[in-house]
Amino acid sequence: MKQQADTNFNLKEMIQLGATGGVILILLSLFGMVESFVERDIIYKSLSLGIALVFGVIFIFGYLSAKRNGNAKSSVGIAAGLITGLVASAMLAILVYAIEPLTLRAVFVNASPALIEALTFGQEMIPGLMTLVGLSAVASLLGAIIFTLPPVPRSAILVGIIMVITVGTLEELISDVIVNIFKLFDAKKAGKSFAGIFFAKEGLSLQGSVITFVSAAVISTLWKLRSQKMKTSFNKLPPATQKSAKISTLVILSLITIFMPQIIGSYLSEILVIVAIYTLMGFGLNIVVGFAGLLDLGYVAFFAIGAYTMGLLTSIQLPQTTGLTGVQMTFWTALPFAVGASVLWGILLGVPVLRMRGDYLAIVTLGFGEIIRVLALSNFLQPLIGGAQGILGIPKPIVFGFELKTSQELYYLVIIAAALAAFISWRLRDSRTGRSWMAMREDEDVAEAMGINLIKTKLLAFATGAALSGLAGAIFAAKLGSIYPHSFNLLISINVLSLIIVGGIGSLPGVVVGAFVLVGLPELLREFSEYRMLIFGALLVTMMLVKPEGIWPAAVQKRELHGHEEDESGIEPAPA
Amino acid sequence: MRSGRFKNLSIVDSLLWLFRVGIIVLVIWGSYKGLTSGKYTAEVWRDFFIFGLAQGGIYALIALGYTLVYGILFMINFAHGEVFMSGAFTAYFVADAFDKSGFLNSNPIAALSIVMLVSMAMSITIAALLERIAYRPLRGAPRLVPLITAIGASYFLQYAFRGLYGSGKKVYPEPAILSGKWIILGAPVLKTQVVVFVTAVAMMFILYYFVQKTKTGKAMRAVAENKDVARLMGIDVDQVIVTTFVVGAAMAGVAGVLYGLLFKQVDFIMGFIPGIKAFTAAVLGGIGNIPGAMVGGLVLGVIESVGPSLVLEGLGIPAAYQLKDVIAFTMLVLILIFRPQGILGQTLSEKKM
Amino acid sequence: MGILTAKNVSKRFGGLVAVNNVSVDIDEKTIFAVIGPNGAGKTTFFNCLTGFYTPEEGEIIFQGEDIKGIPTDQITRQGISRTYQNIRLFSNMTAIENILVGQEPQLKSSWIGAIFASPGTRREEEEAHQEARRLLRFVGMRGFGDYLAKNLPYGAQRRLEIARALASKPTMLLLDEPTAGMNPNETAEMTDFIQHIRDDLGITVLLIEHDMRVVMGISDWITVLDYGAKIAEGTPEDIRNNPKVIEAYLGTGAAGQVDSAEQIAE
Repeated sequence: MKQQADTNFNLKEMIQLGATGGVILILLSLFGMVESFVERDIIYKSLSLGIALVFGVIFIFGYLSAKRNGNAKSSVGIAAGLITGLVASAMLAILVYAIEPLTLRAVFVNASPALIEALTFGQEMIPGLMTLVGLSAVASLLGAIIFTLPPVPRSAILVGIIMVITVGTLEELISDVIVNIFKLFDAKKAGKSFAGIFFAKEGLSLQGSVITFVSAAVISTLWKLRSQKMKTSFNKLPPATQKSAKISTLVILSLITIFMPQIIGSYLSEILVIVAIYTLMGFGLNIVVGFAGLLDLGYVAFFAIGAYTMGLLTSIQLPQTTGLTGVQMTFWTALPFAVGASVLWGILLGVPVLRMRGDYLAIVTLGFGEIIRVLALSNFLQPLIGGAQGILGIPKPIVFGFELKTSQELYYLVIIAAALAAFISWRLRDSRTGRSWMAMREDEDVAEAMGINLIKTKLLAFATGAALSGLAGAIFAAKLGSIYPHSFNLLISINVLSLIIVGGIGSLPGVVVGAFVLVGLPELLREFSEYRMLIFGALLVTMMLVKPEGIWPAAVQKRELHGHEEDESGIEPAPA
Repeated sequence: MRSGRFKNLSIVDSLLWLFRVGIIVLVIWGSYKGLTSGKYTAEVWRDFFIFGLAQGGIYALIALGYTLVYGILFMINFAHGEVFMSGAFTAYFVADAFDKSGFLNSNPIAALSIVMLVSMAMSITIAALLERIAYRPLRGAPRLVPLITAIGASYFLQYAFRGLYGSGKKVYPEPAILSGKWIILGAPVLKTQVVVFVTAVAMMFILYYFVQKTKTGKAMRAVAENKDVARLMGIDVDQVIVTTFVVGAAMAGVAGVLYGLLFKQVDFIMGFIPGIKAFTAAVLGGIGNIPGAMVGGLVLGVIESVGPSLVLEGLGIPAAYQLKDVIAFTMLVLILIFRPQGILGQTLSEKKM
Repeated sequence: MGILTAKNVSKRFGGLVAVNNVSVDIDEKTIFAVIGPNGAGKTTFFNCLTGFYTPEEGEIIFQGEDIKGIPTDQITRQGISRTYQNIRLFSNMTAIENILVGQEPQLKSSWIGAIFASPGTRREEEEAHQEARRLLRFVGMRGFGDYLAKNLPYGAQRRLEIARALASKPTMLLLDEPTAGMNPNETAEMTDFIQHIRDDLGITVLLIEHDMRVVMGISDWITVLDYGAKIAEGTPEDIRNNPKVIEAYLGTGAAGQVDSAEQIAE
């Protein structure tokens, strides 16, 4: 007994951890993730995504178990990892074994023969399950052993593994990008054969995965060891050199931005356009929620109003009943009307909620959003706005006689719009208006006592947010060419709100990061679309538990020291 | 200066008044037209009303979960609709098995009780896990954080259950004993609706008794009043909060089975709309207030059932049933704007909001 | 007639009369104290003056204009500015930003100017920042400007709140227990500082304070409230020896045992 206490050998904890892992594995299997991911190879014919998922979980739990128990002695940690892994895999094995005798399929649709086949590796039940448990033991041991390694090789190996899985999963997109880059230099063939080194018919080739693993590990190690040194040596450079280095980075970045659609091809451009539209809305909602602290869950309403105004004013296929059939404006003429209509509604819906705070405001705005969606869908307004059939025949924007048809062309329009929104947000944030919004967010009563007119300030926030959302809606309508009420559901409001919070509430770079993570990533993983919302939900919860301030939190503005140079007495160091 | 005295307020206030008067005029005119059009007979109106009561009873049971949690934590448990769904969806399989084995018809009361217990057990499990994993670590975080967590949990649960049980709609079996009508006070009423309504009301009374009279209930009220003081009095606040979630979930579990009986089908997405409706009901009655949630649920159920035919068709709107949800949401918006403390007005201090 | 005159002001909450028929007349550039036991209605009276509450009865004349019932933001624009008993800074904004918000009544630039960074806006912002830095130095908080208000030490938060109030260039400053929670050294500094505000900036100061030494040391005139009603007023000398005041603080019969109100604090 005493010896156990000395070495921290806590069997109960290991088994508990293993049981948690087992429950997760069973759920993942019953959700159907294992059996559908098995069909997708990460490393051609060697490792499928489904198997990587199962052993990945076991690996992680082995690692965690070693972390919990292996402080005193690495052998204890390794044993702990093994025990945890065995418990978890045994639970999974029991599930697989029980599926047929208990006819679990009657309740759990994914407890199918395909799942059994995947987890028994195509063998008979008993030898198959023994293989499963055996391989799990190996995976958990690996996890535990990697934990006991010193930090540098440990992180190198982990980065390598993560990179192989990422590259293997995104194989198609990455090989497309490689080919496209070569295409820019008129060397499509060379590009194809270069990509062929890494990728097989599906997933990475064997040598590709080795190269990916090794290079990721080496780069991450070098980065760990050198980045600090590089930073200091960069700071030692003369200011002029530093400045020109910064300028050239900026030039390179903008060149990349300009050529992006050609580099990444049409599929990724499409995703980028969607991300940019969400970014645009994100900047708008960031003003309302992040700056002014007004929790708006019906933000999609203004998106819809912008889109419908654009549709009604430009469509060439409007039903007679709308009374707008002859209007047929161009995109650019209709745009101010679309934005204007959103602003108007922003103010109209803003007035009744002026005195509401917090959760109540959230619920009322949610109600507004749903009312607008249901009305758009109803037969009642069908003669005016098309009902469930929506509005068709919305023309594309034309710039100097050039029609922006594809996503690769529309990209420039949305990027400019998003940049404009970022610029406006940035200028407003650092102005009297932005400060009034933040003061109101912090303490409404005191803000009013400071001379801030709450009504004007709130309505301005609602109006600005609505304008950006309306702009996004107008572009969205022109991009799709047709709009349906179903496109404007609550999920969009939730998505936009989530992305600004995951990015870092009130933070401008956070909006962009949040849009890439919450909108871009799920779009990239479209083939897993069935599990998209599941992962989205889990990600939101995890994010709030682990890093509630967001991925890129808003920075504190430095204002005092800037401009102090004119004081003869110099700068006093701020006390800690 | 005097002229500018109420400049800011008057514009807003007069707009709000205009809005208020406009709505009232519309409702009265619509109802008048609807009643005088003679499209529906008195029997139809009565059926609408009784169906409204039955569905209102379900809303009320779900609303209790929102109100209990809000009363204690001042957070909207956005995932409560999914707690309701989890119970109803899981219990379906039991009900279906009973139906196939004949137990449902040979022993309907015992069978339905077991179905209900399974539903409650599932809802309670989900709610307790939710509280433990997603909400407890975030107590004291800025308000937005638990709200986002709740939204995330809501989506996770929806799609987790879709993964487990599939995405198709499942048809809830109906015990033979519940088909047909009873004559109550001379009027024929669907048996299902009576059972649903009576069960819902009975559950509400049990809950009310529990909160008012039992020791645990008193602890819950003490924690709602002031957590710190309650802790000083030796109350295990965490335990009480878990109990609150559990009690709310039990009500949602019962509501789930009643929903299955009344609407005859369940699926993974079924929690969302009733969830929002129930929240509306809770706000309608005065959130944080238990009798309020009951009254709010019944009122909302009836208005939703009678309203489209009465007011909207009266106003000449085609296919008014499509706008059923608009009525609920409009009620929500109007209540929050004009009487945020709800029907049984327990005023919330600004700090709580 | 002074800079601010309140005549027969009453404010009720349901059955409770929080402020009962109180009249004060405050002369320009004085330090005027309102004292009284806990719950005497001092802060409620403050809230009536700043427009946070509208009193049911009476009138409030500031610089010759009736300000009763005017929204808070308008009253601030007319030159009354305040601090709070329990510090209410904008906690997630920096010290400088807090002061900048306080300058709101001085600023004219619009959001359009901000987006296009018009010369007028830029000039105004530059001046506002300079003024904010000046105020920061004035309250002795140089170097703290870029700290979030919530991370500042307690004393600094109190001073920052005063700086924020001064930023609106008020003619009258309402301080709600400025020395609450301070040690004797800090209290002495704060007392000096309040005198500075009056002497150097020429601002009339209306003060709620519990610390009798502070009140007796710097006030020109004192009004005593108890149960919402005014029970005494006068110079510190008058108040010191007023048996009614001593009774209000210590209860009936206490007057004989204590010689002066000042002892109460000790």
